[in-house]
Amino acid sequence: MKRASAAALACALLALAAGGAPAQERGIALDQLKSGSAFLSQDLRALQGDELANPAMLWVERGEKLWREPGGKSAKSCASCHQDASIGMRGVAARYPQIDAASGKLLNLEGRINQCRVERQSAEPLRYESEELLSLTAFVTHQSFGVPVGVSIEGPARAHFDAGRTLYYQRRGQMNLSCAQCHEANWGKRLLAETISQGHPNAYPAYRLEWQTTGSLQRRIRACLSGIRAEMLPYGAPEYLDLELFLAWRAQGLPVEAPGVRR
Amino acid sequence: MTARVQMPRAAKRGEVIEVRILIQHAMETGYRHDEVGHAIKRNVINAFSCRYNGVEVFRADLSSGIAANPYLQFYTVAEASGAFEFTWIDDEGKQEIERQPIVVSA
Amino acid sequence: MSGASRALGRRRFLAAMAGSIALPAVFPRRVLAQATIENPIAPLDQLDPLVWVVTKGAPVRKGRVQLELPQLAENGNSVPMKVSVDSPMTAKEHVRGIHLFSERNPVRNMASFYLGPRAGRAEVVSRVRLAGSQHVVAIAELSDGSFWAGSAAVVVTLSACLDES
Repeated sequence: MKRASAAALACALLALAAGGAPAQERGIALDQLKSGSAFLSQDLRALQGDELANPAMLWVERGEKLWREPGGKSAKSCASCHQDASIGMRGVAARYPQIDAASGKLLNLEGRINQCRVERQSAEPLRYESEELLSLTAFVTHQSFGVPVGVSIEGPARAHFDAGRTLYYQRRGQMNLSCAQCHEANWGKRLLAETISQGHPNAYPAYRLEWQTTGSLQRRIRACLSGIRAEMLPYGAPEYLDLELFLAWRAQGLPVEAPGVRR
Repeated sequence: MTARVQMPRAAKRGEVIEVRILIQHAMETGYRHDEVGHAIKRNVINAFSCRYNGVEVFRADLSSGIAANPYLQFYTVAEASGAFEFTWIDDEGKQEIERQPIVVSA
Repeated sequence: MSGASRALGRRRFLAAMAGSIALPAVFPRRVLAQATIENPIAPLDQLDPLVWVVTKGAPVRKGRVQLELPQLAENGNSVPMKVSVDSPMTAKEHVRGIHLFSERNPVRNMASFYLGPRAGRAEVVSRVRLAGSQHVVAIAELSDGSFWAGSAAVVVTLSACLDES
């Protein structure tokens, strides 16, 4: 017993000496990850997989048109620089959120699209949940369909990751619940008629029957916050960005399923 | 308004073909309220028609009882090569048309 | 009566009461009404003005119409619906129209689908909105002027969490 604990202590010290932090503890082990679609009814699973009938594909189709439309004063379209999205954008969404090398800021896909619009197209940034931004994010994320989620939490991203993780495990709202209490401790169990999922972001933007429209991951986070009677922060809040990074790390390896269909 | 259509591009004469269409439309019921409490005005697609080479082969009267972003799946018999024309109109009078060609062999 | 048998009697009485009051809380009593030969479009009424507009008072018979909706709908905003009618769909014998009625929606005539001999198959698939657990009734009008009906009962569950996003 004493020898085992001494060995463990030695390992930890070694890791610290090597400059790395102690190994990340995952609330749900990588081989236990299940996408949200595993918790859907047969009907919704089939609807998500139906290329024609998946309602979110209407936004993907619109996004494809917007991709080729010139924007802002530049008269350049996304295609002007990025050409064929099915090639240029493949795998991109799976690596977001990520640190923007130039500004050092953490950007999600919406942030990156708006940065491109403002800096390279001389266009106005698009509002969260606007038809245009939803269409573009749905289209771009869909180009990563099947690609495993894989984000970096190294370097400057580390601070955002730690902040996101703290948010995830913090109780909040009138119901005094943290994300972990439903999605880590009680996934697979019932909440009224619904089965609690593990809360992964890999199918967003998604068409939610409750919204009767497509929405972003931030909208889904806000929905959860209102559900536990916590304050919904405004769209684009840095807390959401940090949480998005943590959620992406937590979903590492899950294939991108966007655009998803959810309740 | 975006719409997605799926139907065979080619068929044999007399074959029963499946037509599927998904239309982007909020189908606003008129029973929802905005953040301030004002009722959001009703606006649904109330009529849908499918014409095959000019002849109506399917028609639907719709209401707020049909889900948002309406999906319709129906059948028709392949007769002659030509075009399908889908039209729909909503309560605000906005009309949209979507076309799909078809090749019918003997 | 001894104490034990009195307790048993009381327990049976309470169980019977619980049985008769618990069920309507989930299923209002009228929803338990099954379509019968006398009223094939139960819980709708043949004298209902909405039905009359379609049938003009002609009798509606139960059968030939299959209306498929899930027994349990995850969200009332969008519930899959398939209606099909047993018919050869020839020029002589076909389905003219299929009319969908809701028991409890604020707008009870949900949709009308007009077919004809060129349809080939009397089947329509769509997704409907249901304002709570209820019956949906489909009335088909055939080319010979007869009316046939089929119905389906759906339990619509509410979302576990309030969403004000």
